[in-house]
Amino acid sequence: MTEQLDAGLVGERIAESDQLGRPSAAHEVGRARPRKEDARLVTGRTMWTDNIQLPGMMYVAFLRSPMAHARITRVDTSAARSQPGVVAVYSGQDFAGEQGSLPCAWPVSDDVVIPDHPPMAVDEVRYVGEAVACVVATDRYKAADALDAIEIDYEPLEPVLDMTEALTEGSPKVHEAGNQAFTWKFAGGDIEEAFRDAPVVVERTYVQQRLIPTAMEPRAVVATTDGETFTLYSATQIPHVLRVMLALTTGIPEHRLRVVAPDVGGGFGSKLQVTAEEVLALLLTRRLGRPVKWTESRSEGNLTVHHGRDQLQRISVAADRDGRLRGVRADLLADMGAYLMLVTPGVPLLGAFMYNGIYKMDAYDFRCTGVFTTKMPTDAYRGAGRPEATFAIERTMDELAHELGMDPVELRRRNWIAHGEFPYTTIAGLTYDSGNYEAATDRALALFGYEELRAEQADRRERRDPVQLGIGVSTFTEMCGLAPSRVLGSLSYGAGGWEHASVRMLPTGKVEVVTGTSPHGQGHETAWSQIVADALGVPFADVSVLHGDTSVSHKGMDTYGSRSLVVGGVAVLAACEKVRERARNLAAHMLEASVEDIEFADGSFRVRGTGSGRTIQELALATFAAHDLPDGFEPGLDADATFDPDNFSFPHGTHLCAIEVDTETGQARIRSYVAVDDVGSVVNPLIVEGQVHGGIAQGVGQALFEEAVYDGEGNMLTTTMADYLIPSAADLPDFVTDRTETPATTNPLGVKGVGEAGTIASTPAVVNAVVDALRPLGVRDVRMPCTPERLWRAVTEARAAQTGSAQTGSAQTGSAQAGSTQTGAAQAGSTQITGGAR
Amino acid sequence: MPRITVTVDGVEYEEEVEPRLLLVHLLRDRLGKTGTPIGCDTSNCGACTVLLDGRSAKSCSVLAVQADGSDVVTVEGLARGEEWHPMQRAFHEEHALQCGYCTPGMIMAAIDLVRDDPDPSEQAVREGLEGNLCRCTGYCNIVRAVRRGAREMARQEARTA
Repeated sequence: MTEQLDAGLVGERIAESDQLGRPSAAHEVGRARPRKEDARLVTGRTMWTDNIQLPGMMYVAFLRSPMAHARITRVDTSAARSQPGVVAVYSGQDFAGEQGSLPCAWPVSDDVVIPDHPPMAVDEVRYVGEAVACVVATDRYKAADALDAIEIDYEPLEPVLDMTEALTEGSPKVHEAGNQAFTWKFAGGDIEEAFRDAPVVVERTYVQQRLIPTAMEPRAVVATTDGETFTLYSATQIPHVLRVMLALTTGIPEHRLRVVAPDVGGGFGSKLQVTAEEVLALLLTRRLGRPVKWTESRSEGNLTVHHGRDQLQRISVAADRDGRLRGVRADLLADMGAYLMLVTPGVPLLGAFMYNGIYKMDAYDFRCTGVFTTKMPTDAYRGAGRPEATFAIERTMDELAHELGMDPVELRRRNWIAHGEFPYTTIAGLTYDSGNYEAATDRALALFGYEELRAEQADRRERRDPVQLGIGVSTFTEMCGLAPSRVLGSLSYGAGGWEHASVRMLPTGKVEVVTGTSPHGQGHETAWSQIVADALGVPFADVSVLHGDTSVSHKGMDTYGSRSLVVGGVAVLAACEKVRERARNLAAHMLEASVEDIEFADGSFRVRGTGSGRTIQELALATFAAHDLPDGFEPGLDADATFDPDNFSFPHGTHLCAIEVDTETGQARIRSYVAVDDVGSVVNPLIVEGQVHGGIAQGVGQALFEEAVYDGEGNMLTTTMADYLIPSAADLPDFVTDRTETPATTNPLGVKGVGEAGTIASTPAVVNAVVDALRPLGVRDVRMPCTPERLWRAVTEARAAQTGSAQTGSAQTGSAQAGSTQTGAAQAGSTQITGGAR
Repeated sequence: MPRITVTVDGVEYEEEVEPRLLLVHLLRDRLGKTGTPIGCDTSNCGACTVLLDGRSAKSCSVLAVQADGSDVVTVEGLARGEEWHPMQRAFHEEHALQCGYCTPGMIMAAIDLVRDDPDPSEQAVREGLEGNLCRCTGYCNIVRAVRRGAREMARQEARTA
């Protein structure tokens, strides 16, 4: 199976040598091209932000709150100031009036509460890790040394750590206005009718644990000024949005502020932010007149890179006996943490349209309450809202299948939108433009060997094998390619969804492409070059892609939400088309023919029916000389374009996971994993395959390994990579990936986006498999991450319950920590959701 | 302050260093060898892996003074002119990197792994790279790259032998 697929992929992979310098008569789009970016990355010639050294540069270190909630009663920085190498020490009070408030650009509802959020706390701290003071010193060691000499007195306040308790009467308040950040609801169809007399209702509550995005590159910032203009280098996903936001919040005029995202070592949403450290670096360089650098340590990062997920979801589905879905209800509590950061409240809303998944139903009802707690704020993390939604519906579909005694794949078949029914407007109000769930699922089942694995599972169950086999399926779609500006506006999002591109033909015929997207591992330089090579008929190697510097790429909406190719790549194509039209006009002039008679192929403009023509390179040079241009024709063949699609894009797919769970130790090991994704047309299969692999690994991380844990005082217990476990090579199998291609109908490339697909699909596939393995023992659910301890406790508890001896020792403990904690939270949670949202 | 001599990518440096200075900070901040990045502060991620006297070492867990008299090879010292090391080529050809932040450490660890096991199985590569974390790739292509790099290294060795 694996070999067969590998052979296919190898066939697509092209040795670079036979491609370089060749005109792209053979199409570039669709080719598995090894990436341009790799050259500097594999040889260590990158420009990570922390690599930047400027003359006279100082290092910044932050003193961070050790308390989850406290009043600051005294700050004394004098001893720190006198330490060797220390240039300055400041507390929040020293910047009061100057530091502004970190922005929230997604005020989702009329009742939203957006608390003031100073980059350095002034009189109250609200989470462990919040910056309270900073040192500027001549090197990073001295800066760190001086932190110890800063004296701060705190008057402890009660932490607020549990969302459900936070909404109860009498709970301590995170902010004066209370702990409810917002409420949001919408509905389609008559939900009461759908549930009334429904033959089957399944209700579940799931905990979407708090996650730490964990990009490999820690955040880093360098700021410098010449007194007039400011430059901020930052490991950010969003240089353009960041520049606007910093100009609005710091008072530095936008035209005097340049933001540069150099090579950025991964983001996954965590660098989609306006951070305290970025703001303060600018203020420090303004005050000191010297360049400053700050680089976080990993333990600092685990505390203060915004976290992801952290929702309590109650979902119920109503169905007929034959499995037909009638309706879905979803009630959420979403933990905002202590403040609303850039898009914090929007994250659960992105999921709001997805709890219905790929299924047809009569009614849908969604409610969400955002809750403040004294923890690090949450915000976008790979998939942002959609993994949570997909998990809830896909886990619940498995439970419904079990309830009905039906195969989980068959249940999905009975409910999904059929290939012939697209475009299809869902009960949640989105119009899915295209899809073929049948094809992806059939392909996945064949690659997986579904029937054989089910037979083995039955055998192991019968033998009461201590190692049980579980099979999990997840069928999914997502709304991505975050775009239509009008739709985003209707959801109160503070920015547009368009993207910009500029294509410049240089005099020698080479091409510079400027893109508003800002890659951090996605391979835009390669993929955009492929698009341009085809559109202009120039060699792949003749294209370079410029990005991530607001003085070069002056406008854009940056990279997140799988929007880059779907919006930015299409903008590049649109700019190329304009270049081509200009070149066609020039060719007509030079060849003394009418424009209608000029045809374009393989980089040349020819007069139809004759041999005469000009290459695009000749035309570029002719505009540089400008000796003989048509009247009114401006020199150059350059063109700008923006693209703002009419609709989101909807990648989909089917993921299958087989997992072996040792019922005696609780150890779970993925035995095989098959993913068939449909991301529409593919520009570079290598990049698509790589993104799917990485996405699956991150989703598996949530299912089995990862959780940001706070103790009862609000201290984080997972500050290092030894405590917060992301999957290693030894934890994962070789994923089998394949794809079907159903082009998007809403953009000319037919592309749908791939960055988040694997993460969205894999978490429910893995947990469905875990529960499937343990279901014969009486386990109905396991809270994520499904660690060996949790699985062992779930098995122990289920066994105790089945033998009617639930009173004794470890089983009781097990129930308290694994099973019924969740049930308890579920019941309390749902009451509160009702109280908060309605 | 102690004075140390260390050879990095073929160049000998003599430096006065604080006893607590980490090798990785000597490389990055003092010698300008920024090809070796830092991903954590607990030696878990492996991004800063270099070859120290021929064996892979996480340079965040070595003091600069401990490297006195040693030969250090970083990712910047692998290529011969413009000709990449076979392991670098394999990572490129197998698309074994995305953001590339873990890549220098992965390549250095892989070279050491292959030294002990010239034709590693998939499982051997997975276990051998357990101390090098990647957040982008899901490791499938890294495993392929290491095995391919191993074969290429063997071939190259056979040619030069």
